[in-house]
Amino acid sequence: MFGFGILSGLLILPLVGAAFILTLRGDSDATRSNARWAALATTLATFVLSLVAWNRFDTATAAFQLVEVHPWLAETIKFKLGVDGFSMPLILLTTFLMPFCILASWDSIGHRVKEYYVAFLVLETTMIGVFCALDLVLFYLFFEAGLIPMFLIIGIWGGKRRIYASFKFFLYTLLGSVLMLLAIMAMFWQAGTTDIPTLLTFKFPYNLQIWLWLAFFASFAVKMPMWPVHTWLPDAHVEAPTAGSVILAGVLLKMGGYGFIRVSLPMFPDASLYFSAFVFALSVIAIVYTSLVALMQEDIKKLIAYSSVAHMGFVTMGLFSMNEQGIQGAMFTMISHGLISGALFLCVGVIYDRMHTREIKAYGGLVNRMPLYAVVFLILTMANVALPGTSGFIGEFLTLMGAFRSNTWVAFFATTGVILSAAYALWLYRRVVYGELDKPALQTIKDLNRREIITFAPLILLIIYYGVQPGPILDAFAVPTDQLIQNMQAALSTVKTAAVAAH
Amino acid sequence: MNPVLTIPDFAPVLPEIILAAGALVLVLFGAIRGERSGEGMNIIALALLAVAFVAVLMLPSTRVETMSGSFVVDGFAKFMKALTLIASAGGVILSMDYMRREGIYRFEYPILIVLSTIGMMMVISANDLIALYLGLELLSLSSYVIAAFDRDNVRSTEAGLKYFVLGALSSGMLLYGASLVYGFTGNVSFPAIAGILQGQVGVGAIVGIVFVAAGIAFKISAVPFHMWTPDVYEGSPTPVTAFFAAAPKMAGMAMATRVFIDAFPNIVGQWQQIIVFISIASMALGSFAAIGQRNIKRLMAYSSIGNVGYALIGLATGTVEGVQGVVVYMAIYLAMTLGAFAVILSMRRGNVMYENVEDLSGLARTHPVLAFCLAMMMFSLAGIPPLAGFFAKFAVFNAAINANLVALAIIGVVTSVVGAYYYLRIVKVMYFDEPAAAYDAQPVGVKLVLGLSSIFVVLFGIVPAPLVAAAGAAARSLF
Repeated sequence: MFGFGILSGLLILPLVGAAFILTLRGDSDATRSNARWAALATTLATFVLSLVAWNRFDTATAAFQLVEVHPWLAETIKFKLGVDGFSMPLILLTTFLMPFCILASWDSIGHRVKEYYVAFLVLETTMIGVFCALDLVLFYLFFEAGLIPMFLIIGIWGGKRRIYASFKFFLYTLLGSVLMLLAIMAMFWQAGTTDIPTLLTFKFPYNLQIWLWLAFFASFAVKMPMWPVHTWLPDAHVEAPTAGSVILAGVLLKMGGYGFIRVSLPMFPDASLYFSAFVFALSVIAIVYTSLVALMQEDIKKLIAYSSVAHMGFVTMGLFSMNEQGIQGAMFTMISHGLISGALFLCVGVIYDRMHTREIKAYGGLVNRMPLYAVVFLILTMANVALPGTSGFIGEFLTLMGAFRSNTWVAFFATTGVILSAAYALWLYRRVVYGELDKPALQTIKDLNRREIITFAPLILLIIYYGVQPGPILDAFAVPTDQLIQNMQAALSTVKTAAVAAH
Repeated sequence: MNPVLTIPDFAPVLPEIILAAGALVLVLFGAIRGERSGEGMNIIALALLAVAFVAVLMLPSTRVETMSGSFVVDGFAKFMKALTLIASAGGVILSMDYMRREGIYRFEYPILIVLSTIGMMMVISANDLIALYLGLELLSLSSYVIAAFDRDNVRSTEAGLKYFVLGALSSGMLLYGASLVYGFTGNVSFPAIAGILQGQVGVGAIVGIVFVAAGIAFKISAVPFHMWTPDVYEGSPTPVTAFFAAAPKMAGMAMATRVFIDAFPNIVGQWQQIIVFISIASMALGSFAAIGQRNIKRLMAYSSIGNVGYALIGLATGTVEGVQGVVVYMAIYLAMTLGAFAVILSMRRGNVMYENVEDLSGLARTHPVLAFCLAMMMFSLAGIPPLAGFFAKFAVFNAAINANLVALAIIGVVTSVVGAYYYLRIVKVMYFDEPAAAYDAQPVGVKLVLGLSSIFVVLFGIVPAPLVAAAGAAARSLF
């Protein structure tokens, strides 16, 4: 339609919704309600559209699909969109989580309602844009543009230290990203284009690869976040409103992992191999250290934030094991972590909305008054621990297997993280849910209401379904994974033969 | 045989002639009508600028020299003159309501703006050192007067005096440098100087270039010749500050580009280090010194120092891409700076203008549209995509990477992150803090400037190609 394809539609639709909400006048209850419903309708429509895209998507090929090209900055820098097996699931994850964010904010956001939903819808566009951009400049554009709405979401609707957290989030990620921008420019002058499919087949010289890899790493490692540049995440999570945390953990963190798969691994295979030990080390430290840190947290959200860092450690470990299990496991972990951590933050949101505190000490014995909630929280805790039968297990198992094939010791130390994650997650559950309900403030706390049940049901169903039937997701990126590994090995072997020939 | 007196080709000078003749008519009109002239003077001045703008657009894009080779018109001159005229028109529009309400309206103001604009256009087209100096003096002398336009206000007169004293000093330096260059090359014409200064260059000419660079750095308020900027920006009446931040910057950067690219193209290695140093120092000072500022006009002064540093990155490369970057940067900077000052000019309650960053607190709730526009300007100045400022920074950094000035580019992006902090602080004050009382309704002119610049800044990312391509054509005409 009008020369625009379905991916443009995914980008434009949330903006249309945002524009509609902006036209609403006044700040009466009716207006607020209209804004909520408009936002919900928009996100649902976007989700349906992404399902249509998924329906047209062919998992049997590694090529980019639904490609559309529009003239943009220059002849060599175009507005090019497209998806492959790596990006399609992440787009679905984004569009799937968005309606829950809107629902989770239904009652808890009481002031500046219109602006809130506008910020979220704009954020959705930028997130989808990151995953479907097929031009590096466009990728960077969406990657950075998401900072603006997220900055406002944390800063306006956040908790007590929201201003500190929003500045830290913004400047930290910006500092990482600007180096990536310079690397993109260097690639442009080297290859003459920023078109991602072309760059995927371009061979960068070894020395340049090292520098480019480091520059991209600066950006993706902060976004991921990897130890030791993860410190913005706990602050941002704690201060962000519930829906903000869901999106942060569910989607924004995945941009780092997606960047590694889209850029670092395929475009700089030599450098990736060169730095794989370095990444392994950081990943293992992240898994063990942040799990230990999580044990000591007194704030529920902070605990989950540190557990996210640990899980992202599994992702980077899997990616840089550079074999089929590792990469597929990393992809799977990203999807499943998106669902699980999103749902966990929603879980925290439920009790925060009622008690307005996230201190673990303020809770205890919730099972007595909130049986439904206890069940939901239990399933999510188990999924977070990666109990077999939940989607968390598939991802961690695959990444560990991949790491084991690549480096036994890495797998050994990372596996201790599995035990530690059980420790902090179960301990959290015990302290919040079990025990006597002796705190006076909790005496009148209410169980999940209908809106909250509607929110959790699909998430839990999917977490269990994908735990038992991981096939649908794994199939989506099986072919591109094979392709990626083949290409990398081809690139690596040519370097080796060149090195041998040089001797 | 050459005739004794040839009449030069006046066609390329038509825009300047229109403005000059128009300025004289304005003087007459003002002298006859006196203080009763009212808005009519502004309207005529705007019409003059518009006619000159059309005349600039109708100039040929090919290189034409006239006035015995001292005046040149090419694609670059066309582009920069168009920008300058837009900036001057912005300065007039923003002043219309302000001057009357502050009770400092005098009919000389639009005349001085027009005269100063003629100076800028001459500077842009100057093809020898003498024409350059003449244009620069016309530009500067008019500027000194309008800086002190609020003549009963101590700060304004101080600003004018300071600007005059330091400006005279820098003009002297430029002149001294020009005389050295003339002395060591025997020529004032840029192409002739370019022909002579090749390969190994003597110390005398280098010293001359350094002095010329110092004079130019003063005019574009680059570090270490930036000291006047915060005081003059703060003291001058706000529309004048807006004019200073926009129009002379366009002309100054165009002048810097033309002098270095046209007169010294074969000794890039000799002046590149000067520009790199000035650029780094400006970016760093612009970013760090702005952090502590509470007065928003001072803050914008440091912001403009920083922005000049970024634009100079493009010049430092000495390549076509670099000059293209300068042109793109200045065009986008123009929109951002006019937009930001339009918001500053909206901060009025009754007869009091507010100028502190804190006075913006809670603007998002009292004036959502205004706050949104300023927030977009700030994010854009910080270089965050998808706003126009990102494309400006992209253009100059891209050129720097291409020219292998990697260290310069890295310092540039890091200072831009530092700079992002103070731009974010303004957004924070507007969006995160509790609201103060509302401001008066905006005058129409301010609304117009703000609306146009906001649309440009926000929507530029959708169709960036026309401007970038036009800038590329303009840059190629210099080489």
